[in-house]
Amino acid sequence: MAAAMALVRGVRFGSYSIGRSRSLIFNSLQRRGIAACVDPSIGLTDEQKEFQKVAFDFAANEMAPHMAEWDQKEIFPVEAMRKAAQLGFGGIYVNPDVGGSGLSRLDTSIIFEALSTGCVSTTAYISIHNMCAWMIDTFGNNEQREKFCPDLCSMQKFASYCLTEPGSGSDAASLLTSAKLQGDHYILNGSKAFISGGGDTDVYVVMCRTGEKGPKGISCVVVEKGTAGLSFGKKEKKVGWNSQPTRAVIFEDCAVPVTNRLGAEGEGFSIAMKGLNGGRINIASCSLGAAHASVLLARDHMCVRKQFGETLSNSQFLQFKLAEMATKLVASRLLVRQAAVALQEGRPDAVSLCSMAKLFVTDECFAICNQALQIHGGYGYLKDYAVQQYVRDIRVHQILEGTNEVMRMIIARSLLTES
Amino acid sequence: MHRSSEVKHLASDFNTRACECFGQPPVQPFESHCPVLTDRTVRVQLKVLKVKDGSVFFIRVKPDRTGVVTDGVKHSMNPFCEIAVEEAVKLKEKKLVKEVVAVSCGPQQVQETIRTALAMGADRGIHVEVSGKDYETLGPLQVSKIFAALAKKEQADLIILGKQAIDDDCNQTGQMTAALLDWPQGTFASEVTLEADKLKVVREIDGGLETIKINLPAVVTADLRLNTPRYATLPNIMKAKKKKITNVKPADLGVDVSSRLEVLKVDEPPQRQSGVKVETVHDLVEKLKEAGRI
Repeated sequence: MAAAMALVRGVRFGSYSIGRSRSLIFNSLQRRGIAACVDPSIGLTDEQKEFQKVAFDFAANEMAPHMAEWDQKEIFPVEAMRKAAQLGFGGIYVNPDVGGSGLSRLDTSIIFEALSTGCVSTTAYISIHNMCAWMIDTFGNNEQREKFCPDLCSMQKFASYCLTEPGSGSDAASLLTSAKLQGDHYILNGSKAFISGGGDTDVYVVMCRTGEKGPKGISCVVVEKGTAGLSFGKKEKKVGWNSQPTRAVIFEDCAVPVTNRLGAEGEGFSIAMKGLNGGRINIASCSLGAAHASVLLARDHMCVRKQFGETLSNSQFLQFKLAEMATKLVASRLLVRQAAVALQEGRPDAVSLCSMAKLFVTDECFAICNQALQIHGGYGYLKDYAVQQYVRDIRVHQILEGTNEVMRMIIARSLLTES
Repeated sequence: MHRSSEVKHLASDFNTRACECFGQPPVQPFESHCPVLTDRTVRVQLKVLKVKDGSVFFIRVKPDRTGVVTDGVKHSMNPFCEIAVEEAVKLKEKKLVKEVVAVSCGPQQVQETIRTALAMGADRGIHVEVSGKDYETLGPLQVSKIFAALAKKEQADLIILGKQAIDDDCNQTGQMTAALLDWPQGTFASEVTLEADKLKVVREIDGGLETIKINLPAVVTADLRLNTPRYATLPNIMKAKKKKITNVKPADLGVDVSSRLEVLKVDEPPQRQSGVKVETVHDLVEKLKEAGRI
């Protein structure tokens, strides 16, 4: 089976290589030098620096030039994402035997942070896709892994994570989508809300109720697009994250084979939460990338814009603001990377640390991007300038994958519960 | 640079003429007609150069005016060398060459650059250790000598380099290496095709495109339009860790790296002086006469 997989992979990837769309002209973001104190490559191993370099180059050449257009025209950039998948970004922490890259959570965080400087929305979707691929890889049996993972890792097919419902967001365990066993199929009824990629993706990882109330009655099934009874709501109009469509996913007597269930009945909630731990690090990493880009943009603007006879960089108030932004950026980066290491090692504090990272980093990075917009003055409000897109795109990071309020609940619980 | 329409016209002229010279009918750019070399063990040697990153904005002259500040400045692979690596890897993928060896001369940090070349597909690396004062004065002549010695030692059949480094713009190493080895050279290559034991090189020159056929072994320098370098993929970066990089000292190759050149002074470009406004044309002419301009 492994040999066959290798053959498939060879055929799929072929002998051609993915070249860049153009080579020597650097994106305006990279044209600025990076000050040592906010350099994201500090403290990384040589190999991690290589990963980061590829991700930064890809972001600068393949994503950043199109970031504004994808946002304005609401384009789901399938080709660009498939190019990313060819480099190994489709299943970064998925096992290599099913087409993944087999890297660590820290490597993943570094990669998403770099990619995010090119387009937050697209990178965030890639991270959700990665999360789904990982869930199938980790909790699926061999048939399921071999059926779904190779296509997901190469982004031949795209995935969506379906947990939230119109009636259950933060209170995820109260979800109502039911899955009644009939012979060798589950019949799904209900609807999911705010599903990233919904309608355009092919593989849906759905948490549904097979048993009693509460988390223990929830199971996880994989539903493929085209299954009878699966339909989608209208495409939502959003403030940001416009390069990924968001739709409701509706199940009306949708029959899903029992063989598509990941893990045992009743394990669905636990699977969902484990997926989210990594997802939270990924989302925080995306916020980091946006904040990093914004700090550099703000600094450059300050060096160029003149008022009252001198450049803004001579204003002590703005110097202090920039220093605060840089300090919070570095602090955020350290926290996310620590959380990634904790999760990779399976440490007991991993879940809390992931929640802390998501809470702190998404809030701080939004403040950084917002401040960067302020430093740009009126220009910051124009869509011609990238900083407003970073602000709009990362605003939602404080809400999804568990609101920052729910993060506080998780952290408080870990502090107050007897171990 | 010339206008692109002019270049195209001249290019087609050159191509047709060149093809006729060698007794072949004029054809569209050659792609997959190259015979697969089975017996030939063509070894390709690349020179990979670490230069100050092209995206670095603030380069400062050192206070003692002997050079520019390099400490703490981000360095990366010379863009033309990236193109050279890409070409070599492409030749290997077409099974026209057996092994691609990436070479870099410099201190410990150049290993990063060699690893990037390995991640792009080179088979192994050679790090020629040159550090400290020697590295500061290392110029094209010394590098060419090192290269010539390595080429003989490794029995390379083809040396591909970037046409010039973007920090000093010397554009000499390829040419000097070819001269030291008494090998033919195809510089400013925008297309390289291996045909039996000859190399067809399309060169970008001021007048347009020139096509030459040279014998192997040869030296080729890569120009901008030769190819578009690939991104290293994550799996390849991980595989690169296992590829070997051997360390060599210039003395081991019998090369003396002392420089015959002495840098006397490095200055920033002169600050732009403010101009002078004049009231009448008469004043303008007077001022120009005063300045000795007319």
